[in-house]
Amino acid sequence: MPKKVKSSELRVRSSKIDLKLFFPLSILIFLFAVSLMTSFLPLYDPNKIDLDSIKRPPGIDHPFGTDSKGRDMFARVVYGAKTSIGVAVVAAFVSAFIGFFVGIVSGYFGGRLDTVLMSITDFILSFPSLLLAIAISVILPPGIYTVMIAISVVSWTSFARLIRGHVLTVRDMPFVDAARAVGCGDLRILLLHIAPLCVPLGLVMMGIKMGGFVLTEATLSFLGLGAQPPAPTWGSMISANRAYILTEPWMVIFPGLAIFITAFCFNMAGESLKDRQEVMGNRL
Amino acid sequence: MFGITLCAFFLIKALPGDPVLSLVGERAHPEIIESIKKEMGVDKGFIRQYAGYLNLLAQGNFGTSYYTNRDVLRDIIGKFPNTLALAFAAMLIAVPAGVTLGFIAAYRKDGLIDKCVNAVSLAGLSIPVFWSAIMVMLLLSLKLKLFPPSGTGDIRFLVLPAFVLSVPAAATLARITRTTVADILKMPYINTAKAKGLSSLNISAVHVLKNAIIPIVTIIGLDFGSYLNGAVVTETIFGWDGLGRFTMEGIIKRDYPVILGCIITGTAVFVLVNLITDIAYHYLDPRIRLHAKKS
Repeated sequence: MPKKVKSSELRVRSSKIDLKLFFPLSILIFLFAVSLMTSFLPLYDPNKIDLDSIKRPPGIDHPFGTDSKGRDMFARVVYGAKTSIGVAVVAAFVSAFIGFFVGIVSGYFGGRLDTVLMSITDFILSFPSLLLAIAISVILPPGIYTVMIAISVVSWTSFARLIRGHVLTVRDMPFVDAARAVGCGDLRILLLHIAPLCVPLGLVMMGIKMGGFVLTEATLSFLGLGAQPPAPTWGSMISANRAYILTEPWMVIFPGLAIFITAFCFNMAGESLKDRQEVMGNRL
Repeated sequence: MFGITLCAFFLIKALPGDPVLSLVGERAHPEIIESIKKEMGVDKGFIRQYAGYLNLLAQGNFGTSYYTNRDVLRDIIGKFPNTLALAFAAMLIAVPAGVTLGFIAAYRKDGLIDKCVNAVSLAGLSIPVFWSAIMVMLLLSLKLKLFPPSGTGDIRFLVLPAFVLSVPAAATLARITRTTVADILKMPYINTAKAKGLSSLNISAVHVLKNAIIPIVTIIGLDFGSYLNGAVVTETIFGWDGLGRFTMEGIIKRDYPVILGCIITGTAVFVLVNLITDIAYHYLDPRIRLHAKKS
């Protein structure tokens, strides 16, 4: 049963939370929008090699400087946002979808199916996640789709666990019995009566996980397992420019800051979503 | 009894894992088979390759590296103590820092300090390890020359990678400690303890810490997995001669026996640490002990 919260208390808390949610969210939407509109913006071509202006420090022409091949770092960082945020969002949707499906089926039907599905989940959870993601990306040909698959395979399990737990508590509530008494089939009960109740929980989980997805994407592309050069991704920029760290540190600082800010915003938004969920009485 | 069932449970969980993983690992062969076929004579079918690998594993053999032709298992055993040292050093930093920060935040819940701790720990969770590693290296060893930038050796080489590795772990630990302790502080038995006139130090050491220890130990155990994850990146950057760097070298060279061996070892260690964590519950929490006896 949801905990009763005084309406005044709720209002105070939610007005506080709003800022914590909408501030990072607006930054993220802005970043993503800019990265989608790159072709309309007055940017350098991120892959254009300009040997006349290699290793330029940050200045008016090149706000983030240029790299060892004279490519404009600002353009590369902006283009990189598309890959990083895009991969994280797609991976989040895919893993949430798989986990959601497995979770409601497993929780609703129970029995042997539940045992099998949950042992698969436990099995995947018993791997150190990044090692498993690396293993998957090594096997498949490198590229952004591989990164999406690797992240999804590793992370659907936490969704499945969470949703299953929630279905277990919802399954025995009177309204499900009522629906069955009226003559609803299993499919109808699952899709129309139980699934909608799990959606908010799944969304909150997505918010919590998103920051980690951005970091995983960055790590995989840092290791050379993500989008292949010359495609600009934050992780690969850092690994490619690592050698110049002492003399031209901006080549590493800016992509790293971009990763940090994106992950921080996602984490902050996820946390405030979680707080909200807790106010509504569901502990994650 | 409890321990044995747990052992069996974890073994069953761990066992199918490694074969499945090597199964998908072997599947990559068709793409590079042309080159390897000549070198290694691997032109048998996919199932037979897999069976062969299983057979090797059963004999306690990880095969030999494609490149160095050295025994993979021996290399792993040689490098493992280095990774272990790194993980323990990171733990030595992360546990006191994380638990202390979490405690302070919980005692000052919703206050300024709590908010600061929260922001710092969120930041710690959001920093990419490979980037903070490079930044720390640039600042402390290249500019200030306090520590050697990279290499394997005595404790001075250990400080930087351990610190970098400990940041996300300490952040998670601080967050979990904070929620747990804040919940405990609301419990009636804390009021009772206060009413008895116990000192606040006594209350936090005996009443709070004892009840908070289970979630904290769980996270410490899980963090071990994150050390293994982070070690791949950190060791590569700092040139620390451990399993993580070995994995990375294997990946770069597509040296499948090495990659498989490292991943299997990493997973085994991870499962083992989880097992140790579960056994530790048994000693730390009498409630779990009683519950196990009943069932």
